[in-house]
Formats: sequence, C-alpha cells, structure tokens
Amino acid sequence: MEHIFFYIFALIIIVFALASVMSHKILRAVVYLLFSLLGVAALYFMMEYNFLGAVQMAVYAGGIIILFIFSVLLVHHIEGELEEPRFSRKVMMGLASLVGFGGVLYVILTHNFVTVEVPRTSTEVSDIGKGLLSYGDGGFILPFEVISILLLAAMIGAIIISKGKKNV
Amino acid sequence: MIANVSIYEILTLTTLLFFIGLYGFLTRKNLITMLMSIELLLNASVINFVVINKYMFPEMLQGVYFSIFIIAVAAAETALAISIIINLYRLKVSVDVNETETMKY
Repeated sequence: MEHIFFYIFALIIIVFALASVMSHKILRAVVYLLFSLLGVAALYFMMEYNFLGAVQMAVYAGGIIILFIFSVLLVHHIEGELEEPRFSRKVMMGLASLVGFGGVLYVILTHNFVTVEVPRTSTEVSDIGKGLLSYGDGGFILPFEVISILLLAAMIGAIIISKGKKNV
Repeated sequence: MIANVSIYEILTLTTLLFFIGLYGFLTRKNLITMLMSIELLLNASVINFVVINKYMFPEMLQGVYFSIFIIAVAAAETALAISIIINLYRLKVSVDVNETETMKY
C-alpha cells in the first residue's frame, strides 16, 4: 500500500518540478514549485521524520514561497511572461542534464548500498533537540550556534540591502 | 523506511529532481526562476541525506541534523538573494542575467 503512495508522491514531485522549470508564466512557476516542495514534505512524513516534514512545510511553503511570490509581484507584471530560451539552448542543456542524470544513475545503481531492516520507529522531536544541544561526542551544539549567527547576519543584511540608499 | 520501496528508487527520484533543477538553472534567464531551480537542487540533496540516514543508519540522526542545517542555510540564502534582486530591480528595472553586467553602478 505504501509503495503506491510513494509512487503517487514521486509523480507529483517530478511533474510539478518539470512544470515549474518549463512554465512561461512566472507566478505559475512559483505555485508549481510549492506543490513540488509539499510532495517532498510528504516523503519525509512517509519516512517517519515528522519533525523534518513539518519544518519543510513551514520553512518552504510558509516562508520561501511567500518570499518568491512577493518578489515576483514586486518586480514583474502579474501576468508577466518569461522570455523563451532559444531552442538550440534548450536542446543542449537538456542533453547535458540527461548525460549527467545517466552518469549519476549508473553510479547509484551499480553501487551496493547496505540497508538495514528495522522495525518502524518514529523519531521523537526531543531526541533531535537533545542531539542538537549536546556537548558530547556527535553533538551538534557548535554548528547550531553558528547557524543562529548566520540567520541573524542574513536578516540584518537582507534589511540593509533591500532598504537601498536613502533618497534624502 | 517506506515499506516495499528500496533505497534505489528514492535515490533515482532525487537524482531526477536534481537534474530537473539543473536544467532549469541552465536554461532560465530570469534571476528569480534561477533561484527557484536552486531550491530544487537543495531539496534533492536534503532528501538524499534523509534517505541514507533512514535506510542505512536508522539508529542515528546525523542526516536529520544536516538536513535541518541545509534548510536553514537555504532560507537565509533565499532571503538575501531576493533582497539583492529587488535592489537590482531598482537600479536596472530588470532582473535578467543579461542586463546585469557590472557589479556596482
């Protein structure tokens, strides 16, 4: 049963990603990207990483997509059409992507991944929190603090850059 | 792990997603749509971290931590890039890569 849902979500992710990459209307491309990211969140939920799925939905659907929509509305006409890339360019880049895809797929399918069968266990959020704030071996306290400083710096930088020069 | 789905199928899905994003990044000329393609690339790599964590080392959580860090960096990067794009639009009244030839003024 679960593998049918996996294939449905995989189809949603791939189709909407393709639509987002190829759409001529820029606002539609953003909405297609939203559906693709929600499909990824569904995959996390299927793998029992509920916290990661919630983060994916909150940060991407709630934050980044809203940012994209605002910026599209600020810099484009709402029915704005994108300039069509040249046909030769599309063919060349499509071929390059296909060659890359084939190469990576070959490496993945010939490599023997040693998977472990375990009974389904849900990951507790408290485990993630303890690991992120632990000082001991395998603890992630330093990158956690560095990320918080990075977010603060990005926030201040975004405000200063987008404010622009004061026009008296 | 997802019942009846092997790791190879999920890795194929993420590889496909990655190269769709790459195709978009190479063909688009609009800065906002290029940024959207980068989001697809980052998402594909995040799923890889999570899948390998779940299928090969299910008792550990390292892949989850790395995914959280990647998502945080992606959010910061998007906010900064969009502020730069809006500022660029003020200067050039266009967000095409062809129009942006100089770094400043």
